[in-house]
Amino acid sequence: MPPRHAGRSPVAEPGHPPALRFAAVGKRFGSGARQVAALSDLTLSIPAGRITGLLGPDAAGKTTLLRLAAGLLRPDAGRLDVLGLDAARDAARIQARIGYMPQRFGLYEDLSVQENLDLYAQLQGLTPAERPARYAELLRLTALGPFGHRRAGALSGGMKQKLGLACTLLRVPELLLLDEPTVGVDPISRRELWAIIANLRTRGVTVLVSTSYLDEAERCDQVVLMDAGRLLVQGQPHQLAADLQGRCFAVRHVTLDRRVLQQRLLTAPGVTDVRLEGTGVRALLAAAAVPPPLEGSTWQPATPEFADVFVDRLQARQARRVALQVAQAAATDKTDKDVVLHVARLNRFFDQFHAVNDVSFDVVRGEVFGLLGANGAGKTTTFRMLCGLLPASSGELRVVGQDLRTAPAEARRQIGYVAQKFALYGNLSVAQNLAFFAAAYGLRKARLRARLDWALAEFELGPYLDRNAGDIPLGYKQRLALACALLHEPPILFLDEPTSGVDPLARSEFWQRINQYAAAGTTVLITTHFMDEAEYCDRLVLMSQGSVLASGTPADIRARAASPDVPNPTMEDAFISLIAAHEANLRRAA
Amino acid sequence: MNLGRLRGLIWKESVQILRDPSALAIAFVLPLFLLLLFGYGVSLNAEHVPIGVVAEHPNPQTETFVGTLRHSRYFDVHELPSLAAAGAAMAQHEIRGFVWMRSDFARQTLGPGPGTIGVALNGVDANTARLVQGYLTQSWQIWLAQQQQEQGAAPALPVAAQTRIWFNPALRSRDYLVPGLIAVIMTLIGALLTALVVAREWERGTMEALMASPVTMAEILVGKLLPYFVLGMGGMALSVGLAVTLFAVPLRGSLLVLAGASALFLLVALGMGLLISSLARNQFVAGQISIVVTFLPAFILSGFIFDIRSMPTVIQGITHILPARYFVSILQTVFLAGDVWAVILPDAGALAMMAVFFLGVTLLRSRKRLD
Repeated sequence: MPPRHAGRSPVAEPGHPPALRFAAVGKRFGSGARQVAALSDLTLSIPAGRITGLLGPDAAGKTTLLRLAAGLLRPDAGRLDVLGLDAARDAARIQARIGYMPQRFGLYEDLSVQENLDLYAQLQGLTPAERPARYAELLRLTALGPFGHRRAGALSGGMKQKLGLACTLLRVPELLLLDEPTVGVDPISRRELWAIIANLRTRGVTVLVSTSYLDEAERCDQVVLMDAGRLLVQGQPHQLAADLQGRCFAVRHVTLDRRVLQQRLLTAPGVTDVRLEGTGVRALLAAAAVPPPLEGSTWQPATPEFADVFVDRLQARQARRVALQVAQAAATDKTDKDVVLHVARLNRFFDQFHAVNDVSFDVVRGEVFGLLGANGAGKTTTFRMLCGLLPASSGELRVVGQDLRTAPAEARRQIGYVAQKFALYGNLSVAQNLAFFAAAYGLRKARLRARLDWALAEFELGPYLDRNAGDIPLGYKQRLALACALLHEPPILFLDEPTSGVDPLARSEFWQRINQYAAAGTTVLITTHFMDEAEYCDRLVLMSQGSVLASGTPADIRARAASPDVPNPTMEDAFISLIAAHEANLRRAA
Repeated sequence: MNLGRLRGLIWKESVQILRDPSALAIAFVLPLFLLLLFGYGVSLNAEHVPIGVVAEHPNPQTETFVGTLRHSRYFDVHELPSLAAAGAAMAQHEIRGFVWMRSDFARQTLGPGPGTIGVALNGVDANTARLVQGYLTQSWQIWLAQQQQEQGAAPALPVAAQTRIWFNPALRSRDYLVPGLIAVIMTLIGALLTALVVAREWERGTMEALMASPVTMAEILVGKLLPYFVLGMGGMALSVGLAVTLFAVPLRGSLLVLAGASALFLLVALGMGLLISSLARNQFVAGQISIVVTFLPAFILSGFIFDIRSMPTVIQGITHILPARYFVSILQTVFLAGDVWAVILPDAGALAMMAVFFLGVTLLRSRKRLD
């Protein structure tokens, strides 16, 4: 697709040369047959004094681009100028003027917050006289002041990222390079990180930040969208979204369940993407397409978002349409309130630490039920107890009527489980992984063959059959893990952070599958820290520090956070306001 | 080199050493453990070796000979009734060998002309067998001399050797092993300390952040080298202290020479560790490589246990590129013989060249880049 940004992208003001200029830059890794091009013929300019977002699916070349800009890699082809200096020859001079925060920022975990700051202040050559003022400002911005003496290793993920950013900003750099600074960070820390980044605008700092959260694109002055080492488009996010005006619709149907509606529309001609939203779906049409005729459906124009731009620009890589093979009766038959999972007053202690505090909920057959919360909220601990992997300290747990304490084997046979980070055997091939899990679930003969054939066809694993599971792309690992969990056709599917670290395209494809299984009657219990994924759940519980803050449908939870200031809160707004209220309660109690 | 940044790096490394017990464990617990294990476990002396004695016709002569054997600290004597019983005991590893005295023992040994006694040894452990053979001959000669003295006859042997043993008069193998052992231990510790901590910086992502900062590669390397040099010298001091006190190894040379040679060797070992860490960027692999390329060759080829001169020529050649070889030689000399400059100077020269080589290659190889 030709870039359509000509005359559109923010033009550098006269007298302000771009902070970064890539001219036909190429970078390859490996050698011989295993050589991969991380960047190919990349030409692009990043304007000075602006915040530029770098987006793209896995293996788009985002990290390579940032490392080249930091002088940590040398281009194989082309020329790269950073702040007017040749990156290949003047790396040392560039490094004295930039700040770079790698994906896993180098905090020294044995050092305290203050000691990390001291170290980086010394490394960046701050004089002792300059330090107190910088420390005070950065500790205020990051809200890390009260934790000055805590060891960096004992901080939460969000606090670590904030400290990393503070260390990078001790000497205000001319150019700041951030590689996915908000990955796995709780919503509150994420807001604080973005507030610090936005604040740099006033100091004239150029910021280049890569991210896999599409909503963050809208916080940037302009975005660069990449795929497979090439530039797809560069421009201002709201203008790119405005290009899609007239192609986005909120669709509702009088009788069809939203998941069935999604499946119908995905296979309709001229439809690029369909996501669940509220009680209906959100559809993105191909350019110049008209809404497909579907009796009983109403189409309301919707405001395009950057997520739509992302899908539209990357549609060539969009997954195949998951065809609907679901009997409609199964899909709408959720009224009998057949409880398949019953959790009551569940508690778990690790020594003195109360990891799960009095958690109760019921999950009904065919429902997608979400456990939402930041890292450390107690989601995974709850999950492990549900799977029978961890005994509960107290409380009641029933899976399809069977008590996990007395009949764990029976209960487990009802469950398909996908563990965090996909517990696969990295040095077995895809085929061997499937064969192993099939054997572990006791599948034999005709049924074994039938299920293996199903897994290969359903998840399109054919091209990777003989590759080691450790070497295949993350999106395919996710598919393989799901295939392994579904081999024995369990009525309940447990998914622990299945979308963590997976790029937006693979996430969207994953949810299409989950919706398909749910529509067919499988009960799905899923944990996630992506707030936008909450919309895909029928009901959910919001957890923080081991306790349930709220439970209900996504709309219920959002409604609880509505206020005159924020009449239509997002799930993230709701999460933040509920946590604030919860903490206020705790303080009052104490 | 910017002194402010270097000070920051050294301070950071020191705080980490004090807070993370793994570096302290490598520097102090590992040498303690290895010294105790090898110091007590490895002994090249054969003592209290079980041997059998078969006397076909017990009489005063056989009794006095067995008595001589009993008094020797080298043997535990088992008297056995017959040759068959002795054979069976040997097969069952109850005895390492036996002495067979025939019925005409007295006439054979004290009569004119050459006489024989039978000695059978278990040759499976060739080294011990050879030692036992030597001890038996010695005991035999002592007994013979006593017998002849009692009968007023002059010793029959025309030449008697008067042996004086230099440097290790008590012939304690431990005195010879422990200094060599210290060299082997310091090889492992020096390489492990730097290899593991640099690999840890790669694993935790701190190296990438350092590289994108204004810090130079030389500052990073010196910032690693200095703190671990101090730590390694501490480990060395502990080892020497244990050798002198616990194992009572004499230290005949000067402490100053010992410290100087140790410092030189530590630079080589730390340099090897840095070079390994520039190849292996995770702690597990770095640890494995350190053990395989530094510890094992040092153990086998440094001359610490196995005499280099009895190795095949090719292997002897290879030992010349092992730093531990020179340090073993220096330590054995300084501990047992004293400051013998003719040995120490060439060895120290070789170590100095190696230190320059390893540190130089590391500096050349280390670019502030990830590709």
